[in-house]
Amino acid sequence: MTVIARGGRGRVTSAWRKRLEIAFFVTPALALFALFVVWPIVTAVQLSVFRWKGFGPLTDFVGLRNYLTVLGDDVFVDSIVHNLIIVGGSIAVQLPLGLAIALLLNRKIWGQGLLRTIIFVPYVLAEVIAGVVWFQLLQPEYGVIDGLLGAVGLQTPEQGWLGDPDLALWTVLAVLTWKYLGLAVILFLAGLQGVPEELYEAAQLDGASWWQVQRKITFPLLGPTMRTWAFLSMIGALQLFDMVWILTGGGPANSTTTMATYLINQGTRSQNFGIAGAASVILFVIALIMAVLYQQLILSRDTRPDVVTVKKKKKVIR
Amino acid sequence: MSASNAGVLMRAPSTRNGTQNRNRTRKRGSYGGGHPIVYGIALVVVALTLGPVLYGVLGGFRTNAQIAQDPSGLPSPWVLDNYVGVLTGPSFWQYALNSTIIAVLTTAITVVFGVMAAYPLARYQFKGREGLFMVFVVGLLFPATVAIVPLFILITQNLQLGNTWIGVALPQAAFALPVTVVILRPFLAALPKELEEAAQLDGTSRIGFFWRIVLPLSGPGMVTVGVLAFVGSWNAYLLPLLLLQSEMKTLPLGVADFSSEHASDTAGVFAFTTLAMIPALVFFLAMQRRIVGGLTGAVKG
Repeated sequence: MTVIARGGRGRVTSAWRKRLEIAFFVTPALALFALFVVWPIVTAVQLSVFRWKGFGPLTDFVGLRNYLTVLGDDVFVDSIVHNLIIVGGSIAVQLPLGLAIALLLNRKIWGQGLLRTIIFVPYVLAEVIAGVVWFQLLQPEYGVIDGLLGAVGLQTPEQGWLGDPDLALWTVLAVLTWKYLGLAVILFLAGLQGVPEELYEAAQLDGASWWQVQRKITFPLLGPTMRTWAFLSMIGALQLFDMVWILTGGGPANSTTTMATYLINQGTRSQNFGIAGAASVILFVIALIMAVLYQQLILSRDTRPDVVTVKKKKKVIR
Repeated sequence: MSASNAGVLMRAPSTRNGTQNRNRTRKRGSYGGGHPIVYGIALVVVALTLGPVLYGVLGGFRTNAQIAQDPSGLPSPWVLDNYVGVLTGPSFWQYALNSTIIAVLTTAITVVFGVMAAYPLARYQFKGREGLFMVFVVGLLFPATVAIVPLFILITQNLQLGNTWIGVALPQAAFALPVTVVILRPFLAALPKELEEAAQLDGTSRIGFFWRIVLPLSGPGMVTVGVLAFVGSWNAYLLPLLLLQSEMKTLPLGVADFSSEHASDTAGVFAFTTLAMIPALVFFLAMQRRIVGGLTGAVKG
């Protein structure tokens, strides 16, 4: 009896000890996360149903009126469209280009390592620094881009690439492509390393052409990498702020605003914190819906084929 | 003793993988290699990638008159005034110092809190473990942008940490935690169970195991997440833009200010931007493998 009782007590104290240990390890991270991530997001939701100019208590409850204001504001609706254009444009341009360059760099060519490093350079630069350099390059009078195009005999826009409302967004997209293509290439290259060499050898023995090999082996096996990259790219494009703020500030004539520049303008410039709160909730909901849809429609495909590739990979290693 | 032995054991497979990969790429050359067209395309890619950066570096060595006269020309004569002007001015060094301190603080907080949180999530059995992990996974979906306005109010008004280094580092670390935990958890879970059993037989507690075995062995993983946190902080713009003024600004803010205040001084802007690029480029290229490893790890996990 006493033995059992002692054993029981020992188990209880060790269970408590374990709980204390878990708390000790997890609390700092959770506290930081709760204070600086969860609390501000909850506050954004709270602010979104008040009219508040940044001082005094929250008393002016307006229900969903801020949301109606934001969604009725053409500038914000255009911002959503701009974000979606950037999402679609980034993926449509960077996916084929990134794949092509990754396949190119995956060949045995001289200076391969150097090439990989160079392609990664734009990605490690701060968006602001890249933006400031490109802003100078794109200047209408003394910018080198117009100079070079003019030398070849091409007409350049009079107000500059960033000054023309019809061209500004596409110019921003081009600069973003320059900045982020390296990430796609590096990720695809890493994915290519995971394709078992045996498959290529077998295909070669069967007399498959280079293009057939890519289409039947490389692209399908690179699928999970491509889909995950596209997901990261999408989330990033929905939050786009730095590059736009530096290149155009959302102009000209609001032709390049994004949801993020809109909420910063409303929040910190015009002190319309309720409006900014509603805009950030809408931004989050759009990001969440797109993430969930993407997960359901596209990423979920990976669960089955992934098992197959993992098994194959293990075999290779053995 | 046992820790260092285990370190060798842990390192051995990774080097073997490395050579295996290298052999594989070498073999892959069988599908066509250095065709002239391939080199041609590679050259175009390099030119487009590096062109703008090099143009900025060279532009810093020219005068504004040179640039206005012939935008696409080379420096003639080479002028050092722009670079000297930036380097002898006080603001560049102050901004660089602020950037460094904030990035180091962010990295330290992220790595310490992150590895602590990842440890029980990886190696303890307890109810609610997966739920706790999901908190961090969902956190991946929350961009700082969404919470930026309340974050600004929280830090400047409630915590009175506006315009301080730690006031920027704390929220940056908080937003870097999800990816840190997500990368570190499988890393810590992969440490062999035998090590833990051996430590228990030796009478080491789980906390002792954490200090003496987990921390030394998870060095590579911590470097990876540390570099990611450092990169994020060093390049950050939005949060510092809202929180920092005058003397406390970081390099990205300084670059943006300089470019709007001296908009007509193109050569000066190029010199300032180039100098702001150098520390980042050197550090990141040295750490390239870690960054790539961390990113691909995040994609696969």
